[in-house]
Amino acid sequence: MKRCLIVDDSRIIRRVAAKIMFELGFEPDEAENGRKALEAARVRMPDVAIVDWDMPVMDGLAFVVELRRLPEGGKPRVIFCTAENEVQFIERALAAGADEYIMKPFDSEIVRSKLTILGALD
Amino acid sequence: MQPDDFEFLARLLKERSGLVLTKDKGYLVENRLMPLVRTRRHRGIVDMVAALRAGEPALAEAVVEAMMAKDTGFFRDWKPFEHFRSVVLPNLIAARRARRAFRILCAGVSTGQEAYSLAMILAARGDALEGWQAEIVGIDLSAAAVAAAAAGLYSQFDVQRGLPIRGLLAHFRKEDDSWRIAEDLRTRAAFKTWNLLDDLFPLGRFDVVLCRNVLPYFDMQTKFAVLQKLGRSMTDDGVLYVGLQEPLAGVSASFQPVDVRLGIYAAHRPDIARLRSLAAVPAG
Repeated sequence: MKRCLIVDDSRIIRRVAAKIMFELGFEPDEAENGRKALEAARVRMPDVAIVDWDMPVMDGLAFVVELRRLPEGGKPRVIFCTAENEVQFIERALAAGADEYIMKPFDSEIVRSKLTILGALD
Repeated sequence: MQPDDFEFLARLLKERSGLVLTKDKGYLVENRLMPLVRTRRHRGIVDMVAALRAGEPALAEAVVEAMMAKDTGFFRDWKPFEHFRSVVLPNLIAARRARRAFRILCAGVSTGQEAYSLAMILAARGDALEGWQAEIVGIDLSAAAVAAAAAGLYSQFDVQRGLPIRGLLAHFRKEDDSWRIAEDLRTRAAFKTWNLLDDLFPLGRFDVVLCRNVLPYFDMQTKFAVLQKLGRSMTDDGVLYVGLQEPLAGVSASFQPVDVRLGIYAAHRPDIARLRSLAAVPAG
């Protein structure tokens, strides 16, 4: 089963995203900040990462920059998933290495759509 | 809802739009009509149907409008759009090189996402279509949907379904929490209120027609009539896209299948020898 890593400091968001990703055929792992997400990625690099922006300890932007520096760091499809919906944030996320971007609030249809765009669904 | 009220509404919808309302769609009637009940300050659907029976003409139009299915999205089901991009568009450019013009019809365009998806594909061809007249016409029975399509303003939810984020940045401008299609794309498509039960002849001829997720709402007789009209409005080498898994076999002789699974059909012109459809995979 493909693996996804959900990185968000909100437990509720992690639960919702995990359920959606499980229903789409992914085994979800969770991390509450960027540093814990990096530790998880070092152990097992995910196929997809869904990343919040504003988190304590290490935010989403810093996480993605560090993720891409890891061995096999180019492998995961990274989707930012954040309430930030201004163009400048989207551009910064893409420049940092994100492949797609979801503006909260979101639903399963949006997640499915983004994964389809990335070719991440069978 | 009382059965005779349901039947009254079903008859009204069929007469005005050709759309068929079956008995299992009672929930749909309530979902779609309750907002209208509230805005018009009726006591309930029964009360509103009584007003309809009394012959309020503007109310009949509003009810039909409210019942129109509006589910659409950018690059919906994406594979037919990929087929258009990789097969039909190159064929169009080759086949229409002398005229440097082609026309696309989106029948049942709703709020315009399908038409703008095609406009984005055309825009991506850049210089290859410089100086071409590539016209996209979107038609829908719903005046409200057509007005929304022409405005090109979409919610944050709408622009995240089917649209890559780079496409959003390239082709839309943010307005508060909504997103408006860029002017150069908005002007590539024209939208009209039109009933598929009416003659399509005044709209002219089209090289490509999309009529996706519309036909299942019609009965067989109406489906046949609409497909016949669409067939007559197409060029001899034209391509029709219907919804995924909408087989036309036994419904219309105006088309021959190219890919039934993806809903792709070619205009059927048996009297024209060696006709190369725009849906034919380019050689090489």
